[in-house]
Amino acid sequence: MELLIQAGIALAKILIVITVMLLTVSYLVYFERKISAWIQNRRGPNRVGWYGALQPFADVFKLLLKEDIVPSNANKFIHSLAPFITLFVSFATYAVIPFGPDIKLFGRTIQLALADVNIGVLYVLALTSLGVYGLTFAGWSSGSKYSLLGGIRSSAQMISYEVSMGFSIAGVILLSESLRPMAIVESQYGFMWNALIQPIGFITIVVSAFAETNRLPFDLPEAEPELVGGYHTEYSSMKFAGFFLAEYANMIIASAMIVTLYLGGWQFPYIDKFGLSMGLTAGIQVLSFLLKMALVLFFFIWVRWSIPRFRYDQLMNLGWKVMFPLSLLNLIWVAALIMIFNI
Amino acid sequence: MPFEIILFVFFALIAAVSSVVMVTRPNPVMSAIFLVINFFALAGLYLLLHAQFISVVQVIVYAGAIMVLFLFVLMLLNSKSEQKLLSGQKKIKVFAIVLAAFVFIQIAYLIFFSSPSRSLSPDVAASIKAGTVEEIGRQLYTGYILPFEAAGFLLLAATIGALVLAKKKFN
Amino acid sequence: MQNHFQEIYNVLPLVLVACGVFLSVVIEIGSVKSEKILPWFSVLVFLGTSLFSVFNLNNCGTAYNNMLSYGGNVFIFYSLFNLAAALTVLSSMEYIKKYGSYFGEYYILLLSSVLGMMLMAGARDLFMVFIGLELMSICFYVLAGINRKKQNANEASLKYFLLGSFATGFVVYGIALIFGTAHTTSLEVIVSNFGSLSHNLLFVTGMLLFLVGFSFKIAAFPFHMWVPDVYQGSATTVSGLMSTGGKAAAFSVLLIALGAVFPGNAANVFRPYFAAIAAFSMLYGSIVAISQNNLKRMLAYSSIAHAGYMAIGLAAGNRESVAGIMFYLVAYTFMNLGAFGIIAMVEGADDTNLELKDYIGLSQRHPLLSALMALFMFSLSGLPPFAGFFGKYYVFISAIKADLTWLAILGVVSSVISVYFYLRVIVYMYFKEPEPEALPVHNNANGVLAVVISAILVVMFGIFPGTLINLITSYLR
Repeated sequence: MELLIQAGIALAKILIVITVMLLTVSYLVYFERKISAWIQNRRGPNRVGWYGALQPFADVFKLLLKEDIVPSNANKFIHSLAPFITLFVSFATYAVIPFGPDIKLFGRTIQLALADVNIGVLYVLALTSLGVYGLTFAGWSSGSKYSLLGGIRSSAQMISYEVSMGFSIAGVILLSESLRPMAIVESQYGFMWNALIQPIGFITIVVSAFAETNRLPFDLPEAEPELVGGYHTEYSSMKFAGFFLAEYANMIIASAMIVTLYLGGWQFPYIDKFGLSMGLTAGIQVLSFLLKMALVLFFFIWVRWSIPRFRYDQLMNLGWKVMFPLSLLNLIWVAALIMIFNI
Repeated sequence: MPFEIILFVFFALIAAVSSVVMVTRPNPVMSAIFLVINFFALAGLYLLLHAQFISVVQVIVYAGAIMVLFLFVLMLLNSKSEQKLLSGQKKIKVFAIVLAAFVFIQIAYLIFFSSPSRSLSPDVAASIKAGTVEEIGRQLYTGYILPFEAAGFLLLAATIGALVLAKKKFN
Repeated sequence: MQNHFQEIYNVLPLVLVACGVFLSVVIEIGSVKSEKILPWFSVLVFLGTSLFSVFNLNNCGTAYNNMLSYGGNVFIFYSLFNLAAALTVLSSMEYIKKYGSYFGEYYILLLSSVLGMMLMAGARDLFMVFIGLELMSICFYVLAGINRKKQNANEASLKYFLLGSFATGFVVYGIALIFGTAHTTSLEVIVSNFGSLSHNLLFVTGMLLFLVGFSFKIAAFPFHMWVPDVYQGSATTVSGLMSTGGKAAAFSVLLIALGAVFPGNAANVFRPYFAAIAAFSMLYGSIVAISQNNLKRMLAYSSIAHAGYMAIGLAAGNRESVAGIMFYLVAYTFMNLGAFGIIAMVEGADDTNLELKDYIGLSQRHPLLSALMALFMFSLSGLPPFAGFFGKYYVFISAIKADLTWLAILGVVSSVISVYFYLRVIVYMYFKEPEPEALPVHNNANGVLAVVISAILVVMFGIFPGTLINLITSYLR
C-alpha cells in the first residue's frame, strides 16, 4: 500500500510537471512573439483568441496537419530518431529541478522535485552533453550539406561551451558541498545567492546557457542567411515541431538551472522570519521560483531581439579564450573565499 | 530484490545485444550509435552497483564527449569508401573472433574460478558508500592525490602535444 | 603542516620538474624572447633537479600513501634522467633550428617526458606506473614528429603512437588482471604476496602481459619493430633521449618496482621469458646492424642489442644483476647520447649526412668530433677502459652467478659481432680517403659541450666503475 501511494505521488508529480512544462513551452513561443513584436514596435499575433492567446494551439494544429517529408537520400531511421533524442534529453532533465521546499500534505512529506538524487547536477550535465547527439544526427542523416554544416557547428559549439558551463557549476558545488540540487538551493539562504557571491560564474553560466540552447546571439547552427535552417533544414511537420519544442524546453531548463544554481532557487529572502503559515510560505517559495524563472526567460528573449549574431570564429574565441578562463577564475575566487572566510 | 535482477537482465541484454550489433553494422555511424547505447546500458549497470558517480561520468565522458568526436570524424569521412576497406578481410575477422573468444574465456574463468576478493569488506553498507561522489572525492584528494595530480600533467602534456602537431604556422 | 612540507621536500625533484613545466608554459606564452630563454631555463631545471637528487640520496622512504618512493636508487635514476635531458637540450638548441621546426613546446614536452620518467622510476603503485608511462610516451609520440615538415618524421610519430598505444594496452590489461587477482594495485602488497600469487594462472598472465608491454618500451626483440623507423625518422636528439631515458625509465620500473621480488621466486617464473628476449634481442640487433648504412638506423639496432644485454640481468635476477643493469643503463645513456649528439651535429638539413659514407674523412674536417665518436663507438662495443665495458661485465658476471652461463656466452658472442659495425664507423672516419665534395660540419658550441660532457662521464665511469656500483649496491635492499 505504502509503495502504491508513493508511486501515485511520483506519477502525479510527473504528470503535473510535464503538463505545466508543455503549456509553458507553447506559451513561451507566444510570449517570444509578443515580446519581439513589442521590441520592434508592432502587434504580434492578435487574431486567434483574446490578443492571440490561442495562437500556440493553432500553430500546433498546423504542424500536425502538415506533410512529413523525408529527403530521398536521408538515412530514414536516424532521421526520425533525431528529434526524439532531442526531446527526450530536454524532458528528462526536469527530473532533478527542485521547484519548492518539502511540504507536508495529508501527514506525509512531499518533495517538490521529481527526484532529489545526490548526483543531480552531474545528471543535468550528462543529459546536456547528450543533447548534442540529436542535433548532430539530424544534421548528418538529412543528407544535405546545410544540415551537415549546422549539425557540426552545433556540436562544436556545445562541446566548447560545456566546459565553461561545467566549471561555473563547479564553483557552486564547491560552495554548497553537495551535488544535490535541493542542498544547493538550501545553501543559498537569505541573500547568499551564488549570483551575488560569485558574479563571474553567473556571467559565464548565463553566456554558456545561451550557447548551449543555441539561442541568439549564438544561434549559428541555424543561422538562416548562411545555412537555410541549419540542422533542421530537412525537417517538416511534427518532427520539426519536435526540434522547435525542444529548443524552448531547453530554454526553460537552462533558466531553471540558472535559478537553482545561482539565484537561490525557490528561496525567498528571509521568508521564515515573516511568521507566515507553513502552506503560505511554501506557496510563496514556489511562486518566487516561477517568477525568477520567468525573469530569466524574459532576459533570454530580450537578448535575442537586441543583439546581433556572432561570427563562428568569434563564437569559438569567446568560448575558449574568454569564457573558459573566466570560469576558471571564478573557481579560484570561490576557493579563495572558502579559504579566507571558512564558509 | 527481484526488481534489481529484472533491471540487471534488462541492462545486460541491451549491453550485449548492442555490442554485437555495433560490431556487425557495415555503416560506421550506425556502429557509433549502438556503441552509445552500449555505454548507456553500462551506465545503468553501474547504477545498479550503487556506483552513481562512475555511472554518470561514463555518460558524460564516453557518450557525451568521446563518441561525439568519433561521430564528427565519421560524418566528415566518406563512409562508403570505409565500407569497401573493411569488407572482404576474412583473415581479420577470423583473428578477431579467436581473440574475442580468448578474452571471453578468460573473463569467464575470472568470474567462476578465481578466488573471491578478500579485501572487499562484507559490510554491504560500506561498499555502497564507496560509490558515492563524496567518497570518491575524498579518496581522490587524500589517498590518490599523487596519481590525480600526475594525471593533470598527463592531460597538460597531451594538450600541448596536440597543439604542436596541429598548429598551422611554422616559425 | 610541518609534515606536509616534509613530504613535499622528500619528492622535491618531482616538484622542481613539475614547476619547470608550468613556468616554461608561462615563459613560452609571455616572453617574446622565449626562444633564447626556454632552452637555458630547462637546462637549469634539469641540472638543478639532478644535483638535488644526487645530494639527497640518503633520504629514503615512501611518500603520499605509498604511491612513490624516494631516495636511494630512485634518486640515482632521477639524476640520470635529468642529466640525459639536460644533455639532450644542449644538443637540440642548434639542431631543431636546422630543420626550421623551433617550437617552444619542444622544451615543455621534454620537461613533461622527464616528469613521466621520474614518476615511473619512483612508482610504488600500478596507477603511478601507468600514468608515468603514459606521460612519457605521449610526450615522445609528439617529440618524434617535431620536425613536422619531414614526411618520415610524421611517419615515425604515427608509427610510434600506434604501436606504443598497443603496448600500453598490454600494460593496462596486465594491470587489470593483476588487480583482479591480487585485489590491490600497491606494488608493495603484490610483491609481498608474490609467492602465493604466482600459482595463480591469471596473475602470471597479467604479469606476462605487463612485461610484454614493457618489452615494447625497452625495445626488446619480438617487440622491436617500431625501433628502426622511429629512431630514424624522429629528430636525432629526440631519438637519443628516447633510446636512453625512455629505456632507462622502463627498466627502472622493472628494477625498482619488482626488484624486491628478484631474490625470491619471481625470477624463476619469468626467467625463461627474460632469457629468451635477451638472447634474441642481442643476436638480432647485432646481426642486423651490420647491414645498416644509415647511422641512426644502425644505432637503433644497436639499441635493440643493448636491451638484450640488459635483459640478461633481468633473467639472472639477483642483487648483482640489478646493480649491473643500473650501471649499464648509466653507461649506455651517456655513450648513446654522445653518439646521437655527434650525429645531430654532423647531420645536414633534410636528412643529409646520415650515411656511413658521409663520415669519410671526418677526422680531418673535425678532429675533435671524430675522436669523441671513436670513443663512444669503443664504449658501445664494450671495449675497456670505457663505461660500456663494465656495464656488460657486471651483467655477464651476474648471469654466471645465476647459472646462466650460456646466456653470458651468447652475450659475449654477440658483443664480438657488434664490434664489427661499431669499428666500421671508426674505419670510415680515419682510414678512408675523403671525397672533395663532402658537406661541411658547422661548429656549434652547445652541442660540442654536450658531447664532451658525455665523453667525460663515459671515461670517468670506465676508469672508476667501483664508486657507482658500490653506491647502487648499498641502496639495494
